[in-house]
Amino acid sequence: MSEEDMMDDEIVKKFMFVNRRAPYGSIYALESLEVVLIAAAFDQDVSLVFSDDGVFQLKKEQDTAGIGMKNFSPTYRALEMYDVEKLYVSKTSMDQRGLTKDDLIVEVEVLGDEALADLMDDQDVIFSF
Amino acid sequence: MSILHTVNKSPFEKSSLDSCLSMAKEGSALLLIEDGIFAALKGTAKESQMKDASQKLKLYVLGPDLKARGMAEERVIEGVEVVDYAGFVDLAAAYDKVSAWV
Amino acid sequence: MAIEVNGKTFETDEEGYLVNLAEWEPGIAEAMSKEDDLELTEEHWDIINFLREYYEEYQIAPAVRVLTKAVGKKLGKEKGNSKYLYALFPYGPGKQACRFAGLPKPTGCI
Repeated sequence: MSEEDMMDDEIVKKFMFVNRRAPYGSIYALESLEVVLIAAAFDQDVSLVFSDDGVFQLKKEQDTAGIGMKNFSPTYRALEMYDVEKLYVSKTSMDQRGLTKDDLIVEVEVLGDEALADLMDDQDVIFSF
Repeated sequence: MSILHTVNKSPFEKSSLDSCLSMAKEGSALLLIEDGIFAALKGTAKESQMKDASQKLKLYVLGPDLKARGMAEERVIEGVEVVDYAGFVDLAAAYDKVSAWV
Repeated sequence: MAIEVNGKTFETDEEGYLVNLAEWEPGIAEAMSKEDDLELTEEHWDIINFLREYYEEYQIAPAVRVLTKAVGKKLGKEKGNSKYLYALFPYGPGKQACRFAGLPKPTGCI
């Protein structure tokens, strides 16, 4: 795209990205983040859901120096500047994995399965990673 | 004839850990690496299964993979020993063979 | 591709972005700007340094909209607008300034 603010009269759709994989073990988490940033650049209404092992993507204090991979977790903190502010995590998934909100690098809303299902119903497009 | 088992998949996503634990014989060892490290953490739905396993197996987890995923050593279940890459090599050399549950 | 600075060669990708971020040194920005027929002033360096700090913190090259907003916050409103930034970096503050700063091309720019 050009670097102008060019999307003024575009249709805005509700995009949901469902992140279900842990980071580093596969490429899904990083790929999802890239697509989210592109969707945000097109001024779409973006929601992110972290469920199953996807909740591990947001774990604080990641340090990848020892495994020779890029630590992309700081980028989740930049999402706010891209106006991506709807971040949801699954309570069921957090509980299963012994995680609490305090373990996470960004501010999120913790939702039960039913609330997540409702949220999903409300979307135009759902991408699963 | 003891075996070093390695599991590199998350126990919440794949059955690699379950399969490994059902096959691993007393006196063998299990090293958790990559996304397998999530099995080594306290307070998860897998903790009791791992504690049972520690009764018959030596359990290890790879430190750099813990660190990459933001997991401090304090979160590791007691009875699971943290090793570095050199420790991984030592284990592979110490056991008769390696079985990777990929 | 590659760029030569003070006798050293640095690898760049097919669009001229530095391949290894860690290799960056100010001379690289100078050499790249010369190729673009641009003289770097203190105002350019403010943006280049800002981008490097932004990348250090968020591990991402910001999209131009985000850059504009963030520059306004950090360096003042008179600099946080696209007119000012395009005057400094005519090929686009996202693309050109990121390239000078040794960052990858911002995500979302094609």
